Order: sequence, then structure tokens, then C-alpha cells
Amino acid sequence: MSETTVRPGQEHYVAPLDTTPLAAVDAVDESTPSASLWGDAWKQLRRRPLFIVPSLIIVLLVVVALFPSLFTSVNPRYQELARALEGGSQGHPLGFTRLGTDVYARLVHGARASISVGLLTTAIVVVVGGVVGALAGFFGGWIDALLSRLVDMFFALPLILGAIVMLQALQGRNVWTVALTLSLFGWPQVARIMRSSVLQVRGNEYVTAAKSLGLGRFSTLARHVLPNALGPVIVIATISLGTFIAAEATLSFLGIGLPSSVVSWGGDISNAVPSVRTDPWILLWPSIALSVTVLSFLMLGDALRDALDPKGRTR
Amino acid sequence: MTEPTPTTAARPVDVAAPLLQVRDLHVDFTSGGKPVHAVRGVDLSVYPGQTVAVVGESGSGKSTSAQAVIGLLPGNGRVVGGQILFDGQDIAHASKKEFVALRGRHIGLVPQDPMSNLNPVWSIGFQIREALEANGLAKGAAAKKRTVELLEEAGLGDAARRAKQYPHEFSGGMRQRALIAIGLSSRPRLLIADEPTSALDVTVQRQILDHLDTLTAEMGTAVLLITHDLGLAAERAEHLVVMYKGQVVESGPALEILQRPQHPYTQRLVSAAPSLASRRLESVHRAEVVEHARAEAVHVHEQAVEGAHAAVEGDTATTNVIEVRNLVKEFHLRGSGLRGETLRAVDDVSFSVRRGTTTAVVGESGSGKSTVAQMVLSLLPATSGSVLFDGVDLTELDRRELFRFRRRVQPIFQNPYGSLDPSWSIFRTVEEPLRVHGVGDAKSREARVRDLLEKVSLPASALRRFPNELSGGQRQRVAIARALALNPEVVVCDEAVSALDVLVQGQILTLLNDLQAELGLTYLFITHDLAVVRQIADDVVVMEKGKLVESATTDEVFESPKQAYTKALLEAIPGGSIRLGA
Repeated sequence: MSETTVRPGQEHYVAPLDTTPLAAVDAVDESTPSASLWGDAWKQLRRRPLFIVPSLIIVLLVVVALFPSLFTSVNPRYQELARALEGGSQGHPLGFTRLGTDVYARLVHGARASISVGLLTTAIVVVVGGVVGALAGFFGGWIDALLSRLVDMFFALPLILGAIVMLQALQGRNVWTVALTLSLFGWPQVARIMRSSVLQVRGNEYVTAAKSLGLGRFSTLARHVLPNALGPVIVIATISLGTFIAAEATLSFLGIGLPSSVVSWGGDISNAVPSVRTDPWILLWPSIALSVTVLSFLMLGDALRDALDPKGRTR
Repeated sequence: MTEPTPTTAARPVDVAAPLLQVRDLHVDFTSGGKPVHAVRGVDLSVYPGQTVAVVGESGSGKSTSAQAVIGLLPGNGRVVGGQILFDGQDIAHASKKEFVALRGRHIGLVPQDPMSNLNPVWSIGFQIREALEANGLAKGAAAKKRTVELLEEAGLGDAARRAKQYPHEFSGGMRQRALIAIGLSSRPRLLIADEPTSALDVTVQRQILDHLDTLTAEMGTAVLLITHDLGLAAERAEHLVVMYKGQVVESGPALEILQRPQHPYTQRLVSAAPSLASRRLESVHRAEVVEHARAEAVHVHEQAVEGAHAAVEGDTATTNVIEVRNLVKEFHLRGSGLRGETLRAVDDVSFSVRRGTTTAVVGESGSGKSTVAQMVLSLLPATSGSVLFDGVDLTELDRRELFRFRRRVQPIFQNPYGSLDPSWSIFRTVEEPLRVHGVGDAKSREARVRDLLEKVSLPASALRRFPNELSGGQRQRVAIARALALNPEVVVCDEAVSALDVLVQGQILTLLNDLQAELGLTYLFITHDLAVVRQIADDVVVMEKGKLVESATTDEVFESPKQAYTKALLEAIPGGSIRLGA
């Protein structure tokens, strides 16, 4: 090459050393505190209103469900027919229902039914769906073919319709039977999410590395695959919790969910319907409680999705 | 290849004004509310018809600078200072509309990844026609005719038929040719090529770059070539700009920089560039190293024989730790019809690996080299043939023997981001092999993990960290530490350094080499990069389309390759022909 062709602006230039000091190749940055993936997610979450607000509401709801007597001393089943449909007064802030029970007391005591059905159903669904999905995704082959068809069969049954049919056939309805019925039709969704999440994680090289260490298949699944596949399942579980609470209320409203002896928002909404034209507030209070609860879980699920599954982020 | 193509020299030198002049360019990114200075005061100029290369590692700001020139900075980035003069006009803060007018017509782009830069639902011809029509160059039938011409020009035979095909029917190299056709479709005066060939095999890379050179020389197009490969840059460009941490640390005539690098970073880069290195690392000590390793190996072998079962025979086993005999692997593809097709990924391959040495298996994508590695690791059953480890056929091992075998052979994988469990701390990751094999108690295991981290030169503070906090090179060190935890005899490195920046790559190779000398390790090194082979391997096995093409010592392969394919691979190493100054 002839050096004469060097043109203006292209002469050999060397930056002075002090402007770009040379760092050691690939040094570890020891200044920042260490943080795991879950730690990172937590750091991100605790500053987001979308996470804080629903979390506070849910904590409050759980406290109400566990210790209703902290919030009211009125018996929610005690009927003062003389004061039926009366408005708010001292000791009875939200007034009385058509049957003369205290609206506020029923609101407080109704939380337990909703929260326990929601939590129970979600727990069963996550365990059953999680196990089926994880096995199908991790082992593949005929196990996957078999389990996936089973999932498809249950997935084809609509939740509410299936639950109505089931519950009508059942004697002695309580929180357990409702939760089990909802679980029966709710687990396929979790199984599907778990399966695809496991499939994704299974392909990673750290799983192959575990295999070449001599780690057994079940140990690999438990130690390496499941913890990394859990994120999407946590998200879907949180969102489902909200929908299960709504489903329980729907069934109770239709009169085939929880029996009338159990105080529940769905049952209260149903009882308030005949007087909705004259006294709409009786219908309003349990409806608000139900909506806020369901919405809180949906919002929490969204916030968790942002933190745990950055790909689905809306921003 | 040291000459900047004859046409360049023939061009008049008195083209006074530069076509592109970047002056004191600053680009900021906002990330998490804080500004990050990605490019800080970059100066560079490109004259008409000239090829200028910007070289740097990932994160050096080379691509960001190019994106600023063509107005394609990502949403959170913006030019905060300086000028970008294109043909004398400042476009640093040009509007979207002005850039639309400029792009394609005056500044063309050849993007990096040929796989994701073509729309899979439209035919290749349609996508080129779209570029022509968008720039108002041709319409209707004329555009169709021009499309075929352009594809022919880009070196695709049977262009009329090719134009009707879809991206999935094209190989990587053909797609890149199509993208070049699009980039050059409106005869721009400046072509920005952002790592145009780094996703392609070396032999394809060479063809594409040669073709690009010829085309731009014919058209008199200036090229701004962005690359991480110093050898490639020096071979293709007359002017080099070396970037480091967002700044230009050195720039000037390509050969001068290569032969007399002044800035310490450039010096580092030149000495680490694998394509320019000519010898195996630490060649002076090699004899001692091999001798030492062999002595160590014999010792290890004796122990192993005593410990396990005395049935293992002696002689060949001590010299050849792995023997691959007539290995075949067939995969059944889901194809048309019920039977599907059979792909012979590995076809009758035999070679052996001597104890205490490094054997490299080299080949392009689809050569079956990784499949061989998987079978040596006993992660995949062979269709026929056998792998003998220390004289014992792997297929005949029962579960307990296989478990013991796992302890003696460990892998290191390619992807530093996928090979460590993201939810495990570094300590747990490195400790896992010890726990799985029930080695020592908690205290002695911790001591061992600390010792291992020290061996791979990671600070003890890294113990409590998680993979997402470490760089690619650091993760690869952790993977090495994990592989060494059980004192294996053989380490299978499947493209273990391919995803790393040159300097980091050099560092890891040195580390692997030192560890080999210290621990008497045997490496089976799977790679597509012949330049890396020269630095680390004693023996080379060349594979092409599942078949073994050539197998010899590294020196023999590099000095007198017997097969045409090996020769082609060697010639394709970018910068291989450049002589460094004494």
C-alpha cells in the first residue's frame, strides 16, 4: 500500500492514554451488591404502585378473613327484621339487609369464604397442574402425548358450566367441595403454562451440564428446571386466584355454590337482587368488595409478570 | 490481499472533500432513568469510494456510531453533541423525513443477521422490488427486471427463479447476498455494513466479502465496515478506526496500525487477534508441558485402574484416552410422508485423542462436530460405531460405571448465558458436582470451590454472586471451574470461546492452556474457528457434512493441508495473509 494516499482527517491518530484509561480485561465489578434473579425482581417490584397497591389490599383482605372479629363485633347472622332495609346508623355503618342482618358485618365475614375458596383452589390447581405440566414437558415422548391429551380433554370443559353440573350432583356443599370442583376444571391452564415453560428451560445448556455431571433426571427437574420455570406459573396462579374468587361468587349467586349458612359475597349479592330498585346500596357493597378483591389479584399478576417475565412487558 | 483492491488505487486521489465526516459525536442512552454515554467524541471520515473499518469489542460503541449516521438509533438513544456531515450537510439532528429521503438512496445498509432481517412471508424478489419502489427508482415491470439484475449482480445464479423464492429457501450466505442486493439497489454513495458476515461460516464469509469488495469498487461506493475482527478489518479496509469504551483510541492507515500499534489497547488487540497469531500458545514450554502431562496422566490412569476395575488393559489406553471408531449418528427428520427422512449427521468418523494433549474437531455449521462431542460425552447414543474411553466402550457401561465416567469427562459449552443456572449462586453452581458425587463435607467443599475460583482467576467475592451479574467471559470461567471441580481427565469444550470478544477469548484460551499444563488435562476442542485451533490444539480433525476430511497434527494441517476443503478453510481465515511487522 502506498502511504502517500493518506488523506486529510485520516492521519495516524493515537488517543492520549489518560482520556481512555485501559481497564483490566474482563475484571469483576466488585462494587455492586450481589443480587439473585428473585432479588432483582423484588427490587423492581417494591417501587411499583401496580404492585404495592394490590399487595396492601390483599394483605388487608387476608387479615379480615382470618380475624373478622377485629373489625366488627356484630353477628352477621343475627336478624332484626324490624330494622330491615334501614340505612346506616350508630354501630351499623352500612345499614341492614332485606332480612335485617348488618351489611357491614356480612361484608367483613364474607371475605373468609372468598379468600379461602380462592387460595384453596389455586393451591390445588398449582400442585396438580404443575406436576402434570412439568412431567409432560420434561419427559416428552409418550408421557407428554398422554398427559397433553388429558389436559386437552379437561380444557374443553367450560369452568362455570362444568362447576354447575358438578355441584348440582353433589350433596353437602362447603368451601372444600366448591374449591375441589373449581380445581377440577381449572388445573389444565396451569398444566399448559408449566409444560411450555419447562420445555423452554429444558433446552438450556445448564440442564445438559447437570446431565453430564451425572445428576439424575428427577433431581435435574427439581433443582434446575422447576425453579427456572416457575415464574410464568406464579403469574398465572395469581391471576387465576382472582378468577376463582369471581367464579365462587357466581356460583353462590346462582344458589349452587356455598350454602346460605355460609356468609359469602356472592350469596349476599343474590339476596340483594329483589330490592335492587328501592335499595341499590345493599347490592353495591358486596359487589364493590368482590370487584376490588378480584381486581387486586389481576393487578398483582400483571405486576409479577412485568418483573418475572420481561418478555411480556407492555412498556 | 494487503493491497486495497486495484480499482481504489486507480481512482483519483484528489477527491478533496470527504463523503462522510463525523466530528466529536456524542450519543447517550437512557437506561433506568440514568444516561449512559455510549459514544464519546468520535471523529472519523470516509472519502468517496473508500472502505473504512470501525473495529472494537462488544459495547465499544461501534454499532451505535453507525446507527447514528443512518438515523436508526434505538428509541432510548440520541445524539447529544457533535456533527455528522454527509456530503457537507449536517445530519446529526436531521428529522425522520430527511432520513427517509437519505436512507436507501444515498446511504445503504447491510445488517448483521441475515436470518432475521428478511421478512419470512414475502418473496425475496418482492422485498427487493419494495426497496426499488420506495426509493422511486423503478416501478412495475421495470422494477421486476431490475430485481433480477440486482440478484444476478449479488452473485445468485438463476436469479429469475430465485426472486420468486422465500427467505426460508435460502441459505445464510444467499440471504446475505439478497440483503446486499437490497442495500445496493439504489446505488447509494455510502454503504454501512454492520458485521455483515459474522453470522456466517468462514468460507461463505470470504466469498461474500470478496463479492462486496468487487461490487463497491465497480460502483465507487464508499463502505463503512463495522466489525469485531481486526484481521478482517485490516484485510478489507484502507483506513482503520479502533474504538474502546465509546471513544476512538487509534485511527489511521490499516497496515500501519497493524504493524505499529501505538495505543496500548490496539497493541493488546493486535497481539490477541486469533487470526493473526501464528503459533500455539506458550510454544516454548510445550515440550515440557506435554511431557509433564503425560507423566501425570499415566499416574492418574494407574490410580483409576486400581480404584475402578483392573480389567482395563494398559498400553493403548495410556496414550489414547479417547478413541472414536466408525462413529455414525442418524437423525430421523419429520418430512413428507409417514416415514420421514434420515439425516446422517455423523458418517463413519474415526479418530483418537492422546492423553494430555488437545485435539480440535473443526468444521462449519452442519458438519456434525457438536454431535460427535455429544456422543463422546455419552449424552447421545450412537447409531453405530463406538467411543472408547480409556479402552472401555461407552455403550457397555452400566449406570454406576456411567456415573463414574461422568466424573472423568466434563463439558464446557458455547453459550456463556445459557450454561449456568440463573437462579443458582456461583458458589452453588461450582459446588454442585462435588455434592452430586458426594465429595467431602460442607467445609472441605467450600475450600475446594474457593480454590477452583482462584484457579480460574475469579475473586472470592464472586462466590455469592449470580450469573446475571457476570460478563460472558466471567461466566465461562465459572463454567470451567465447575467442569474442573471433580478433577476430570478429559474436558470437552464445545465452541467454548466462540461467543466471546477477542481479548476475552485470548484470556480464556490462555487459562485453558495453563490449566492443561498444571493438571495434565486432555481437551477435545470443538470449534468452527481455525484461528483458535492454531492457538490451542496439538491435533486437528477436519469434518465436512458429517464426514472426516482430514486428521493430522496442527502443524501439518496449517503448513501442508492435504485436502481441498482444509485449504479453503485455511484461506478463509480473515487477515491470515497479512504479515505483521517484526
